[in-house]
Amino acid sequence: MSSVIPTLSPEEIAEIEHEVSLVPRKDGAAIDAMLIVQRHRGWVSDESIRAIAALLEMSAEELDGIATFYNLIFRQPVGEKVILLCDSVSCWLRGCDAVKAAISDKLGVDYGETTADGRFTLLPVPCLGACDRAPVMMIGDDLHTHLDEADLAALLAGGEPS
Amino acid sequence: MTNRPLTQNIRPDGSPTFLADYQANGGYSGVRKAITSMSPEDCLQTVKDSGLRGRGGAGFPTGMKWSFVPNADKAGPGHKYLIANADEMEPGTFKDRLILEQDPHQLLEGMILSAYTIGADIAYVFLRGEYVLAAQRITQAINECYQAGLLGQNILGTAYSLELRLHRSAGRYICGEETALINALEGKRANPRPKPPFPQVSGLWGRPTIVNNVETLCNITHIITHGVDWFKSLGRGEDSGTKLFGASGNVKNPGVWELPMGTPIREILDQHAGGMRDGYQLRGFLPGGGSTDFLTTDHLDLAMDYDVIGKAGSRMGTGTMIILDDRSCPIGMVRNLSRFFAHESCGFCTPCRDGIPWIVQLLDRFEQGVATEKDLALLEEKARFIGGIGNTHCALAPGAMEPVTSALNYFREDFERHISEGGCRYHHGVGGH
Repeated sequence: MSSVIPTLSPEEIAEIEHEVSLVPRKDGAAIDAMLIVQRHRGWVSDESIRAIAALLEMSAEELDGIATFYNLIFRQPVGEKVILLCDSVSCWLRGCDAVKAAISDKLGVDYGETTADGRFTLLPVPCLGACDRAPVMMIGDDLHTHLDEADLAALLAGGEPS
Repeated sequence: MTNRPLTQNIRPDGSPTFLADYQANGGYSGVRKAITSMSPEDCLQTVKDSGLRGRGGAGFPTGMKWSFVPNADKAGPGHKYLIANADEMEPGTFKDRLILEQDPHQLLEGMILSAYTIGADIAYVFLRGEYVLAAQRITQAINECYQAGLLGQNILGTAYSLELRLHRSAGRYICGEETALINALEGKRANPRPKPPFPQVSGLWGRPTIVNNVETLCNITHIITHGVDWFKSLGRGEDSGTKLFGASGNVKNPGVWELPMGTPIREILDQHAGGMRDGYQLRGFLPGGGSTDFLTTDHLDLAMDYDVIGKAGSRMGTGTMIILDDRSCPIGMVRNLSRFFAHESCGFCTPCRDGIPWIVQLLDRFEQGVATEKDLALLEEKARFIGGIGNTHCALAPGAMEPVTSALNYFREDFERHISEGGCRYHHGVGGH
């Protein structure tokens, strides 16, 4: 077993091995393994990719190809909370561009950027499936609906650019 | 007997129905009935006779889909799989979330019955990653089922055993395509697979697999519990049962409602969605999600049945309508949709990977006011090539082109005006650019 595996914590390895036990091939747990590491560390680093690949007996390059395929696997560090702003059609009809502008104005970040204080990363997300309550976004695990300027001020309080 | 089976446990306050309440309202009587008194063949015949068509968008007859799964003798040793497609990512679609968050046992009961029918011993809920609340509630419901003997070894003391697991997706629209979903469950990039072989014969890990939409599986519960005649009586038109219909955009009361199959569009928009918001007029609508063709005010009296909407040149799709108003630019709307599809293309085949971004660039030129008649001709040509069935590896690109080609048909004057006026006049609406 490769020496890079110790870069994963015992908890991460135990959780990944549980996923491995549920599939016929070790690399079948590739996506779950990356999500486990991301849950512990916030993102999936090059070092984590090499360690997970070694554990799953696959190439780091192949694993990275899987990592970069998926929207919700972060290959760069993100803030304490990720803002997933829906920019799909129903939210567009209900004014998500204005919401985006207001968030960017308040936090001083564009899509793909993290606030200077490290609190928020702003990302667009495909239709969040809450179109009857548009415009919507998630902050971390929480869905926020019927967004307007007043809500944004409260939701992002303390997140102003310094 | 209820005539709104899919939403009978949905509470106005949004609180979830868990096992005790679900069973108190008759829940799991379908499982009890089927695995103690019906053979899998009986169940399959019942589903076939019901006329149930897939609620995920394609409308394929569910019983026929299942009939291609080989029986135990032909399938050989190994697992069979049943997968609930809960990867609700079609733009403008928000119907399965209702059940996943508020009535998770309805899905689980449908899955147990479906798995029993096709002889599956492992089942998955493939849930989109952003549905966090649904993940918590499904997890609790699964745990309750194991504790109550409704999942695991020897369900309710019978010979039938089923393991059921939740998989939370890492997020890509293409995972809603069943063979892409299977690749994602195998830990791979979610590129669709060639068909044949079809998943019913060679799916997850090369074994027989059925993938069905959440709402489809929920219907199985009620068909088995209450019977074919009752189910057929629910529809108002050609199709059986009820459907979760919805409307979003600038209507007064956007939402999702369980209504009979065959409910006229006008009735859904006027009585349930409350008509347009004050100051907005209806211009057109996508009847069933972002990959369906526009229909217009000329189509309001059509019944929401698969074949009726198909004959009108669109698709009923997911049944959740996206409403275009007179203050939002049709080209801007189509550009938004095309950007989504360009981003979510798996990249496997050229017309989709390179063609949809080309469409976006052309639509950008209209919005920027620099488009010419040549761009309009190019847009029409590329949309026809990209959207042609058989020109791409899967249905993503043809679906992506449905709003484009239909917008070119119904809103042609908007394209012409963007050229002649050198820009977009929709600057003041909520969705205006």
